[in-house]
Amino acid sequence: MKTRHKRLAWVLGALTLLGAATALVLNAFQDNLVFFHTPSEVADGKVPQGRNFRVGGMVEAGSLQRSTDGLSVSFRITDTAKAIPVSYRGPLPDLFREGKGAVAQGTLNADGKFVATEILAKHDENYMPPEAIDAIDRAHKTATTVKQ
Amino acid sequence: MNLFHYASPQTFYPLAGRLVPVFAVLAALLAAAGLYLGFFVAPTDAQQGEVYRIIFIHVPAAWMSMFIYLVMAFWSAVGLIFNTRLSHMMTRALAPTGALFCFVALWTGALWGKPTWGTYWVWDARLTSQLLLQFLYFGYLALVHAIEDPRRADRAGAIIALVGAVNVPVIYFSVQWWNTLHQGASVSLSKAPSMATTMLWGMLLMALAAWAYTIAVSLARVRGIMLERERRTDWAMAEIARAGAAGGARA
Repeated sequence: MKTRHKRLAWVLGALTLLGAATALVLNAFQDNLVFFHTPSEVADGKVPQGRNFRVGGMVEAGSLQRSTDGLSVSFRITDTAKAIPVSYRGPLPDLFREGKGAVAQGTLNADGKFVATEILAKHDENYMPPEAIDAIDRAHKTATTVKQ
Repeated sequence: MNLFHYASPQTFYPLAGRLVPVFAVLAALLAAAGLYLGFFVAPTDAQQGEVYRIIFIHVPAAWMSMFIYLVMAFWSAVGLIFNTRLSHMMTRALAPTGALFCFVALWTGALWGKPTWGTYWVWDARLTSQLLLQFLYFGYLALVHAIEDPRRADRAGAIIALVGAVNVPVIYFSVQWWNTLHQGASVSLSKAPSMATTMLWGMLLMALAAWAYTIAVSLARVRGIMLERERRTDWAMAEIARAGAAGGARA
């Protein structure tokens, strides 16, 4: 075995060990590495009890209600399987829309309502001009009418 | 052709000198085309409005910051295994550019985050691992500059570069492995891009410009490093004398 083969073996061996160690550590801290929990996890009680956490998903279409003072809102956050009601008082980000992603930080109260202290909008990976969105909406409508 | 022919500073120096202007011009042309496409031709985004145009800078910078780190790890491994001086010099020449791109990616991301997410910064897995990459770059640069003896500095730097490389796949896959506020990849090798065509082209041209720029500046930088380290050798003294003569003639 030449010296440089020995050194190659050392480098590869060390990197493999390091990679494996990192994978194990990241796997062990899986729960702490997620930025938000899903409504399903909340329903299963897999969320930290009695302290702040974040819940994320889609803002359910048609669920957004604004109060008369114009500052308080309530809506439902869904992951299509489960949904939880959220109430919030404060300014919403510009990209906060029904049917789009959002992340709320706050606590779950006794009757299962999530009281948020901060709302962030989550953008998806789609970048399109408005005309393309219109075209998709039209195609979608045609498809649903055809089905009926 | 024997690749090892160019592994010695003496033969690589003139080759790098010829390549620098080629890639510099290429970078300028690609960036001009990419910026024109990105800021004048590409349509407004339906959800975000004009603020999305930050991707023409942000995404190429972020890609480059990760890729440069992997290249540094590669040259470090080659340097450690084959004991080639030039490999370590390449690692060192790439580091400042990688740190710059990482810095640009973090800042443009923060400026985009405020109007879209509603916050400049969150500690989600993508943002945190990218910040770690910035610290790895700074750590590498601080370490190699703190050690006087170039051979020991190269060794120590190579170890940081190799160990830190583990972070790069974590950054890239963080948006798949964990729930993050940062969105998933719009462009990847495994699926069709979820992006309008002109937007995509603008971004790809900017990415190519970033590549050409990186090649140009790192080759220019490695020429400086080669001359400095080999200043007591005949070829370097001849180069320095020639540069001095040319400079004198011009003045």
